Amino acid sequence: MELMSRTAAELSQMLADKEISAVELAQAALDKTAAVDGKVGAYITVAGEQALAAAKAVDEKRAAGEQLPALAGVPIAIKDNICTKGLLTTCASKILYNFVPPYNATVMEKLAASSAVITGKCNMDEFAMGSSCENSAMKNTLNPHGLGHVPGGSSGGSAAVVAAGEVPLSLGSDTGGSIRQPASFCGVVGLKPTYGAVSRYGLIAFASSLDQIGPFARTIEDAAMLMDAVTGYDPAHDSTSVQTPFEGSLRANLNADMKGLRIGLPKEYFGAGISDEVRQSVLASAETYKALGAEVFEISLPLVEYALPIYYILSSAEASSNLARFDGVKYGFRAEGCDELLDIYVKSRSQGFGHEVQRRIMLGTYVLSSGYYDAYYKKARAAQRKIRAEFAGAFEKCDVILTPVAPTTAYEIGSRTTNPLEMYAGDICTVSINIAGLPALVQPCGFDADKLPIGMQLIGPRFGEQKLMNAGLAFEQASGLRNIIAPL
Amino acid sequence: MKYEAVIGLEVHAELSTKSKIYCSCPAKFGAGINRNTCPVCTGMPGALPVLNRQVVHYAAKMGLATGCTINQVCKADRKNYFYPDLPKAYQISQFDVPICENGEVYFYVDGEKKCCRLERIHFEEDAGKLLHEEIDGTVVDFNRCGVPLIEMVTRPDLRSSAEAKEFLETIKTTLSYLDICDCKMEEGSIRCDINVSIRPWGSAELGTRVEMKNVNTFSGAVRAIDYEVKRQIDLVEAGGTVQQETRRWDDVKMKNTVMRTKEDAQDYRYFPDPDLIAVEIDDAWLERIRSEIPELPVSRYERYLNEYGMTAMEARQLSDSFAKATMLDEAAASGRVKPKAAANWILSDISKYLNDTEKNLEDTALTADKLVDLISLIDSGTISGNAGKKVLVQLFETDETAEQIVERLGLRQVSDESAILAIVQDVLAKNEKAVSDFKAGKNVTGFLVGQCMKASKGQGNPQMINKLIATELAKL
Repeated sequence: MELMSRTAAELSQMLADKEISAVELAQAALDKTAAVDGKVGAYITVAGEQALAAAKAVDEKRAAGEQLPALAGVPIAIKDNICTKGLLTTCASKILYNFVPPYNATVMEKLAASSAVITGKCNMDEFAMGSSCENSAMKNTLNPHGLGHVPGGSSGGSAAVVAAGEVPLSLGSDTGGSIRQPASFCGVVGLKPTYGAVSRYGLIAFASSLDQIGPFARTIEDAAMLMDAVTGYDPAHDSTSVQTPFEGSLRANLNADMKGLRIGLPKEYFGAGISDEVRQSVLASAETYKALGAEVFEISLPLVEYALPIYYILSSAEASSNLARFDGVKYGFRAEGCDELLDIYVKSRSQGFGHEVQRRIMLGTYVLSSGYYDAYYKKARAAQRKIRAEFAGAFEKCDVILTPVAPTTAYEIGSRTTNPLEMYAGDICTVSINIAGLPALVQPCGFDADKLPIGMQLIGPRFGEQKLMNAGLAFEQASGLRNIIAPL
Repeated sequence: MKYEAVIGLEVHAELSTKSKIYCSCPAKFGAGINRNTCPVCTGMPGALPVLNRQVVHYAAKMGLATGCTINQVCKADRKNYFYPDLPKAYQISQFDVPICENGEVYFYVDGEKKCCRLERIHFEEDAGKLLHEEIDGTVVDFNRCGVPLIEMVTRPDLRSSAEAKEFLETIKTTLSYLDICDCKMEEGSIRCDINVSIRPWGSAELGTRVEMKNVNTFSGAVRAIDYEVKRQIDLVEAGGTVQQETRRWDDVKMKNTVMRTKEDAQDYRYFPDPDLIAVEIDDAWLERIRSEIPELPVSRYERYLNEYGMTAMEARQLSDSFAKATMLDEAAASGRVKPKAAANWILSDISKYLNDTEKNLEDTALTADKLVDLISLIDSGTISGNAGKKVLVQLFETDETAEQIVERLGLRQVSDESAILAIVQDVLAKNEKAVSDFKAGKNVTGFLVGQCMKASKGQGNPQMINKLIATELAKL
């Protein structure tokens, strides 16, 4: 079996048993990238030298008899909005085209402590705004399962790089579905953790109150393994970080017993707008759960129809403020021919940001403006509290909620770029989870007629990550839909 | 027509916390350019703020000291605007729920007690500094970025530049009493914006106000207010109307100029900072803060006037300094010396020493106990007043007690009558000319006392020497 077709857990074991060295594994990953990434375009930056040097250090430690963590020597790719000290971090934006962070994100410190090998930085929609990677100022990423199709977004590169078998694991970030929708489109596992479970320190903010870093993998166990490494309370760096009950123990506590698990199917997620293939595939998964002994029943979440406008108000408002620091003064792109201060701001930002980012900044600036704040931002916050309460109520009746991830499978490149509203509507199944601050797991549950992956979403209560992973594992075992590598 | 000035102030004070408000960089003034910086205070992408709880402690302390209500649950908000000294392009401040509200500050102007209400006190981060002359171009120094500030906003209760000055002095003294600001004006520790309007004398309505920025000293505030009040009166007298605008004060040219008019007032788009969580001050914490607040300057001033019988000047000088006032109160509390005597020492010799050496009282070895011992030694006649001054100099610099210093320097006064008598008789015997001069009706007492002091190596009790010379001469 080809090395890069193996799961992270298998590779971890092989490294521990000294069947392979970390350098061999890093080289295999880089070779695979050299072979396929020309087609897929998952990476913005491949950090070959650094990866080999890190792998060598791991081998030396192991040779010296050091006990190493599970991820030691395992290649991992990182979304390009997570700050990596000394390694270009662009957010797929012209405005940060040359930005090399002087510090590491907390997750990078944690991965370094785990002796993981970082292979490079993945493409994304600029500043994580988008659902197809087509808003990247750097390049297009293509779906490894169908090169004419988008990989999803915004973490499209992180999803594609795992689906293509270039690495077994990657990190993405999810503000309104940016891990889950590309995971679904690319046929991999993606977890959006409970808000606060993973430190945001060093994640270049899109919408601070919604952003979460999370893992991509090709199996549930692998996703648990990466999540275990990056989760953790970070009070010194992130005020919104929280202590979780599962800290670091998801993989150890995996349990596929589904007997008595109560699964809710919210009828609002299966209505008009969801394609038949997607609906049927997810409903078939529900039947699988029934067969495994779970209790499956319909529930109702009537307020989710407001999730989309709430999301676009809150996320754009925060983005308009978060992205104000990219002003051409301190780092990144500065327009030429600026005669005065205002010129630096206006020209650098007009030339440095793409259209979608500018659209969201304008939208956010508008909803925070005096005279409109109460009608938009304040109202959206109030509605957010209601949505949270609605989910809390639902979780009194069920343990997890099962829904589709996106209305369709991966669409064709260029097919939705002209109408932003149509693109926004694709987020209908995912944004409510960020608004409610809940965890949600996405994994493949089938394929459409074009052999493009279909994903399903399991939503859990706050800190319900273990429940989600267990349910995911049970489905994975029952369906055999695991470790899917796109034929390239 | 006669006009009344209506003045409100927004006073910014830098808090003397060890580290900055949202990161662990030193908050100290004076490091090399951009030395006290990190990803957080330079607004690096992805960096996040974590609140320094000492800032909350200090801000609440000022609130309690000025009679404010403390909002035990408050939050931080973003104030959005672009400027190169503001690396995130927003300042983390407080908007609709400040930590302190509705306070009162009392102070005296020409012997009359006044009150200026505080609308609010909130905490926020300072911005960086643009250095235009350092090199060719402009350097942004982010050292000051993230240094904690409190902003104190008054109601429009002040009526003259003199009142404004006394209010500011009181704020400064209070900050220094609370030990939450180093109050170094030359380093910009305290700065203020001034709102000025005028109205016909006797009117209760508020006129259109003008905000003045860039006022860096209290005397500058007086000049800026006097200028602006006169400008507004002249304008109205000439048939014009005051425009709502912001003007920049130039303390060198002694005039102000328009910065921005009402039309281009900025919309700061305040909203709660999603990177920060609500600030909660529980009852126990609040009580701990309250217990740290000493008796405040105005109260001490009044006590010194009314109980110790001091002049307004003396009471003011003592109450202006927490260290001096505390030394006085501790000395008085010992019950061994008269408060007035302790006050005299503090206002004269002690203050002179501190001025000459540019030291703070708390940085010397002198304590209230030692001062009390010193005064007691003089009161009991053990040492002379002059010897006391010598002892004091040592008390500032050594850990010895006053007694030990007296012994070491051999300053103990001889008050043994028979010993002094022997000296007096000996001096009279050796100074026949003086004795004959005395008999001829001349006053020779001063000369003889001097001779006796010399003979006693300065340790003879001068009063006793005086007395015995008089009796011995009378016998002749």
